[in-house]
Amino acid sequence: MKFRYLPATEQDKQEMLRTIGVESVEELFAEIPESVRYRGKLKLPEPMSEMTLVKHMSRLAEKNASFDHYVSFLGAGVYEHYIPSVVNHVISRSEFYTAYTPYQPEISQGELQAIFEFQTMICELTGMDVANSSMYDGPTALAEAAAMAAGVTRKQKIVISRAVHPEARQILKTSAKGQGYQIVEVPLADGVTDLNQLKELADEETAAVIVQSPNFLGNLENLAEIEKIAHAHKGLLVVSSNPLSLGLLKPPGEYGADIVVGDAQPFGIPASYGGPHCGYLATKKALMRRVPGRIVGQTVDENGTRGFVLTLQAREQHIRRDKATSNICSNQALLALAASVYMSALGKQGIQDVARLNLQKAHYASKRLSEINGIELAFSGHFFNEFVIRLRRPVGEINQELLKKGIIGGFDLGRFYPELDNHMLVAVTEVRTKEEIDQLAESLEGLLS
Amino acid sequence: MNNKEKELIFEMSKPGRTAYSLPESDVPETDVLPEEYLREKPAELPEVSELDLMRHYTELSRRNHGVDNGFYPLGSCTMKYNPKVHEDVARLPGFAKIHPYQPEETVQGALELLYELQQYLAEITGMDQVTLQSAAGAQGEWTGLMMIRAYHEAKGQTGRDKVIVPDSAHGTNPASATVAGFKTITIPSNEKGLVDVEALKQMLGDDTAALMLTNPNTLGLFEEEIRVIADLVHEAGGLLYYDGANANAILGIARPGDMGFDVVHLNLHKTFTTPHGGGGPGAGPVGVKKELVPFLPAPMVAKDASGRYYLDHDIPNSIGRVKGFYGNFGILVRAYAYIRTMGPEGLRLVSENAVLNANYMMRRLEPYYELPYKQHCKHEFVLSGKRQKQQGVRTLDIAKRLLDFGFHPPTIYFPLIVDECLMIEPTETESKETLDSFIDAMIQIAKEAEENPEIVQDAPHHTVIKRLDEVTAARKPILRWEKSE
Repeated sequence: MKFRYLPATEQDKQEMLRTIGVESVEELFAEIPESVRYRGKLKLPEPMSEMTLVKHMSRLAEKNASFDHYVSFLGAGVYEHYIPSVVNHVISRSEFYTAYTPYQPEISQGELQAIFEFQTMICELTGMDVANSSMYDGPTALAEAAAMAAGVTRKQKIVISRAVHPEARQILKTSAKGQGYQIVEVPLADGVTDLNQLKELADEETAAVIVQSPNFLGNLENLAEIEKIAHAHKGLLVVSSNPLSLGLLKPPGEYGADIVVGDAQPFGIPASYGGPHCGYLATKKALMRRVPGRIVGQTVDENGTRGFVLTLQAREQHIRRDKATSNICSNQALLALAASVYMSALGKQGIQDVARLNLQKAHYASKRLSEINGIELAFSGHFFNEFVIRLRRPVGEINQELLKKGIIGGFDLGRFYPELDNHMLVAVTEVRTKEEIDQLAESLEGLLS
Repeated sequence: MNNKEKELIFEMSKPGRTAYSLPESDVPETDVLPEEYLREKPAELPEVSELDLMRHYTELSRRNHGVDNGFYPLGSCTMKYNPKVHEDVARLPGFAKIHPYQPEETVQGALELLYELQQYLAEITGMDQVTLQSAAGAQGEWTGLMMIRAYHEAKGQTGRDKVIVPDSAHGTNPASATVAGFKTITIPSNEKGLVDVEALKQMLGDDTAALMLTNPNTLGLFEEEIRVIADLVHEAGGLLYYDGANANAILGIARPGDMGFDVVHLNLHKTFTTPHGGGGPGAGPVGVKKELVPFLPAPMVAKDASGRYYLDHDIPNSIGRVKGFYGNFGILVRAYAYIRTMGPEGLRLVSENAVLNANYMMRRLEPYYELPYKQHCKHEFVLSGKRQKQQGVRTLDIAKRLLDFGFHPPTIYFPLIVDECLMIEPTETESKETLDSFIDAMIQIAKEAEENPEIVQDAPHHTVIKRLDEVTAARKPILRWEKSE
């Protein structure tokens, strides 16, 4: 079998062995004790040619129901959006995707500048001073924000709303075990954080109050009130936000948030069964030296020419080792690039237009669905592109039926919120047409009558 | 701005230009949100045409060096070729356009791929089970250490709070140990560059949670006494953690599970060809021996008796979730495709050729640069620029001079235990001709350091930008563009 990724010919190998001064490749492994030397053949399938591989991969892919063949109303943290053609063209340039972390700035100016622009765009949307170069994903960015808040305030209690994405709360719980802080969850009232309960729970010991807006149930939180409660005892306010909503909504920075996190997946990044996506983290200038992960800064070269470098590295693991602000040593650079291309393509006007389309279509859908006998809107608050309906029948059953009609129904909230059995979280983005929304409504009418 | 500067996309912006098209709204327009929720002024995103946008990013790409541009022997980063067919298959609608909360019966192909990949990686590493959830190597380390913590706690051994890390280890090892709530103790390397077994004996005790090792280590050397080390750690009641950053040397040659490791993480973006993406996304799956299986992060991908794949959330002693959803699926697709392309024989040849390439380079460069460890290396090796330092040429200068030859320099000043260190990892995907041209450049630079050091000290000469002022960048940080009023 010939392997197209292995260029060494028999002649090459012989020449190299001669230079090294050994008879065989085996001699190069001589110091591996026989007791740990693997002499078998790995139990893996035999190699495939490119043609066979493509067929095999296509066959696997075709077993999945993709957005190309189904009309989806699933959101819950991952959204189907229109991806402008330019996004894929840019991130397919192998100068970008086959490079690594820009350790050598002289030959990495492209990546560094793109990240600098990304940081700027995230600051603009969130209303913050400083953003890092991106994080693994939104949920892990939230856990990093909690760790950062605990480090800054030297307090150990994290107060988090139950309306924050359940998977983000799960990750926070996992990391709290290692970091030794205490997690307190704030109950819900009418689909948003219960402010009276929050007042009770946030106290002198609180490092951070963490909320999400629009929250997991789609509702907008009262950030003005939450800010007062969070800061009353000198804790930090951490807000998780869908960045697309910030095309229209007042940014968390203007409410006085200290750290803003989220996932840039809505910006030109495919759903891809949950990853890879692109977390972001933004903060105030005063906290910039506590930020986890890579940051790009502007500087000049010996001739005074503007250029970009990785900076504030004194925070990081390769310098500080066990004293670092985080163990993160990478970012999601290629997806930060995708998000930057998306934000540049949409631009100042487009980001508002696409956000407005989401808002309008979701509100049309909520009105249309709530008129159906057997469906009620679960909450009374304001929302962006997702909302919750209460059904007369279990969501699982309804979704099975919808699937037969080519529709992937909304998220079954009973999975994470026992009290919200029979509640469906419906996401409607700009890709859904009125016709598709009406089709969902008609299907539900049929199933609930 | 001089002619070498590239303008920022914000500086190209002109009101009224757009690079998008959206359909007209087909639903009734209503004012649904009160003013107080809305932004007062729009976010200052750039306004450019589609062509301007493409020219901008194309120009940025021209100012970037990737593996497809040229040799990239960055030690411990395994900058091998990223197969193009993987980019195609990861973008198939059945993989890219599926939602993590779709019903399991609509994603059987995705689950099958994940399930099979779990099995393949367990086989390659000699472990019992593998989770694919971790997004990167550092996250894999943390995940593994959290499982080690849970394992000791379940046995009532709460006093085990120390993680031992070699002085040659990656900085993420101690940083991950801290984030997992452990204290780090550093163990020195002996004169052969390997773990000092006598020192280890002194450090092990009833407070030992784990020893973290990279094998081959960051010097590119195989820990010959690994079985002895494993026995010592286990006798002390600790566990052995394998940092898979250097797994490219051992595929089908030696398995961490057989060496006595209890936990292993792999960097799919190193050994398994998924692109580094300029810093990410990667993937850092973690394999464990059966004692640690009860603590794996939920969910795992499982298969029932009827052959149906499902997500198993029922792991009562799980450390919990470490990342959203099921890991970096799009990256896992690429790694799966690679393993299917290479098969068992191909993967063994990968490691054999990687080790052959590294030893060839090492022996050819040995006459010109200080070689601190003389034994055969594995997939990478370190040189010291000590000799050149005496001529006034620092390792940083050598790295910058390499840029003039069109090469990405090796990793420099790491590992920390070698003065003026250059850490070189050629990988198996590079031809002998490429290795020779890099070797020629290194030899020329060694001669320049003797005869004409200024040319090295003032390098690079041919890049779009000269050496940048990193001190000012950190002292007076400018971290975003501001609109001038």
